[in-house]
Amino acid sequence: MFGKLTLDAIPYNVPIVMAAVGGIIVGGIVLFALITYFRLWGYLWTEWLTSIDHKRIGVMYILLAMVMLLRGFSDALMMRSQQALASDGGAGYLPPEHYDQVFTAHGVIMIFFMAMPFIVGLMNLVVPLQIGARDVAFPYLNNMSFWLTASGALLVNIALGVGNFARTGWLAYPPLSELHFSPDVGVDYYIWSLQIAGIGTLTAGINMIVTILKMRAPGMTMMRVPIFTWTALCTNMLIVAAFPILTATLGMLSLDRYLGMHFFTNDGGGNAMMYVNLIWAWGHPEVYILILPCFGVFSEVTATFSEKPLFGYTSMVYATICITVLSFVVWLHHFFTMGSGANVNAFFGITTMIISIPTGVKIFNWLFTMYRGRVRFEAPILWVIGFIITFTIGGMTGVLMAVPPADFVLHNSLFLIAHFHNVIIGGVVFACMAGFTYWFPKAFGFRLEPRLGKVSFWCWLVGFYMAFMPLYALGLMGMTRRLNHVDNPVWHIYLIVAMVGAFIILCGIGAQILQIAVSIYYREALRDVTGDPWNARTLEWSVASPPPFYNFAQTPVVHGLDPYWEEKQKGVDHKPLPVYRRIHMPHNTGTGFIISGFASALGFALIWHIWWLAIGAFAAVIVAAIVHSFNEHREYYVPSEQVAATEGQYFKQLASQEA
Amino acid sequence: MTTQAIQSEPISAIADSIDAHEEHHDDGSTTTLGFWIYLMSDCILFASLFASFAVLRGQLAGGPGARELFSLPYVAVETACLLVSSFTYGMAMISMQRGRQAQVLGWLVLTMLLGLGFVGMEVHEFADLIHEGAGPDRSAFLSAFFTLVGTHGLHVTAGIVWMLVLILHILRRGLSPANQTRLMCLSLFWHFLDVVWIGVFTVVYLMGVA
Repeated sequence: MFGKLTLDAIPYNVPIVMAAVGGIIVGGIVLFALITYFRLWGYLWTEWLTSIDHKRIGVMYILLAMVMLLRGFSDALMMRSQQALASDGGAGYLPPEHYDQVFTAHGVIMIFFMAMPFIVGLMNLVVPLQIGARDVAFPYLNNMSFWLTASGALLVNIALGVGNFARTGWLAYPPLSELHFSPDVGVDYYIWSLQIAGIGTLTAGINMIVTILKMRAPGMTMMRVPIFTWTALCTNMLIVAAFPILTATLGMLSLDRYLGMHFFTNDGGGNAMMYVNLIWAWGHPEVYILILPCFGVFSEVTATFSEKPLFGYTSMVYATICITVLSFVVWLHHFFTMGSGANVNAFFGITTMIISIPTGVKIFNWLFTMYRGRVRFEAPILWVIGFIITFTIGGMTGVLMAVPPADFVLHNSLFLIAHFHNVIIGGVVFACMAGFTYWFPKAFGFRLEPRLGKVSFWCWLVGFYMAFMPLYALGLMGMTRRLNHVDNPVWHIYLIVAMVGAFIILCGIGAQILQIAVSIYYREALRDVTGDPWNARTLEWSVASPPPFYNFAQTPVVHGLDPYWEEKQKGVDHKPLPVYRRIHMPHNTGTGFIISGFASALGFALIWHIWWLAIGAFAAVIVAAIVHSFNEHREYYVPSEQVAATEGQYFKQLASQEA
Repeated sequence: MTTQAIQSEPISAIADSIDAHEEHHDDGSTTTLGFWIYLMSDCILFASLFASFAVLRGQLAGGPGARELFSLPYVAVETACLLVSSFTYGMAMISMQRGRQAQVLGWLVLTMLLGLGFVGMEVHEFADLIHEGAGPDRSAFLSAFFTLVGTHGLHVTAGIVWMLVLILHILRRGLSPANQTRLMCLSLFWHFLDVVWIGVFTVVYLMGVA
């Protein structure tokens, strides 16, 4: 009846897990009770869960990312404290069985359910506004993409309390991830959460490409597209080109596990290194999927807070395109030690060094944008400056490891761990924070409290260096990754320092949570009535904050790069239109939510071999999609009076500001 | 609509025409472009499976190889079914452009039957192989074979289900613009599967038996 699922699947005997699960359940009950008490279910359902408004979907993505950041970060704290406690003769508090799940979950959550949703959320929120569009190309699909991602995240969290998670590392290399060595459900949780979330990411990618190619405002030629949108376009092309490889690879791994096939097994002619090649053929582009939009965020922030046009816009665009193409020819540098021979290793070593050139171009572009600009040192630009320094260090250690002989020494050592955290935290996380602070007023209509933002930045920056610089040293001393305990007193002090660093980052995260709470409390004082709190340059700042759900009462016409800045320079008055016209908008729909709900059930059933549920849930997904295709009331008109009233409100606000 | 646009002339004629255009915005080209991009991603999925097949084709693990297992005449008939079905779908599209609904439905049904014939033959082939002890768990070569060919077969099955739903749509609303876009997308999908099958036929069967 319930397949492999029995009551033994709940880890009663692991107090840490039970405390975490208890916390989640209590928190969930409190949240549920509050929503019920304040009668918010109807509001949530009609305004958020079923919303096809790209801005709200963007906000939901970012919310998901932040919740998962807390989960992934607590894994990080557990790892750092375990290693600090278990490097001086002690055993620490996490047995290997649990510790292995913790480092796997940390990697999976941070990449797939923190960084990805954050980036996709920022793109959703900003791209349509930047190109002067009313929504994305396929609004309903957009809602479904989000819920599929959330469904994957749900499965990862269920793994905490029901069964266990993979103990294989975040890429689940075979043969360890094969049935023979991982017979329980951990790897299955891994596979199905990534497959479901992966479909969501792929559809989001297609949606965004079509939006950028087809829905730009008149006059916005490709070389007038804001740089963040350019990077979003390249990233989404990478998503569409790379994610199918992940789907195929995990599909083959599941066929090995479910139907006894021999793709990656030790016996039957399987080839484990093929998995490693395939997963990195997706995995390396994935790194650039994460970082390219971050480069876009940094570019927007640098230009705005330096009050200058971006230095070398054209070179920035071409550098982005170069990285997009080159990202597909460097994957083998993740496993120079495979033994593919000197010539193959030399090829991939050289391409890896070449890809650092366009990145270097970008660093200079940001520096020259700030040079002789009037830099306003608000929180977003602090993140940019922190990024430039940190990312440069990380880039240099990366080029160092691109030399195959050096890599043979450093492969799988903590040096590597320090390197990729150096670029992912210094690059992706800092950009998420910069972008969050920068676009928060656009999404919610009030700014974030600035002082706590700076506190958070300094905690993150100092904490990062304390946590990861010791790991470079440890790596050079020979400490490898994923160790549960080590008996080397010389390494102990470095691990202590790294743990302290992690706790300083925790202070940074605490400051951010406090910042959001304080900002909500003082929202009237922090209110942005103009829609342009930073004196910015691109179209998203030309409408109210938060923008009306239709974004633009009239489609803007673009005459150059930075159209809104130009308008302000020319002194064009921001005034109401003489006549407003009705606007064609899509209806909200619950289909995406329903399909993703069934997809979660399907994933859970496959993980636990509950076949009747799997068949039923799969059929339900198909039927829900077909039923939706017969829904003919998908669009409606916003009456011109409503548009006029909404816009009138905004202009009244503007006038009161000027008075 | 047009009169309104003329009345509200002042700001910008271009933007007005864009907004006016948006009134009936789904001229289908956006959907078609999105579907093209999806097909390209599907193409990469197949590329991954082809690459895996190429790596594993020699890994027989002591089991039977392509020459002992495959019957080219059988697969040739199967291939013919699929190729002819692409032709009949093309005829459906021509009928659609001429606005002849009954003909469209007729060609679609014929395409579906040919598709069913193809899938039926493939299932039969698979069943035979498994019966002979040459199932997907026998060797890495057979794992890769069943996965590549089976993934294509699942796509064709999905195409048949889609065709069935589309026939219902056409019966309900005729050859409306939305249904024409759907026909166009399914057409792309169906021809795409044909192209992939030509790859499968060449790489798996012809090169396997040669």
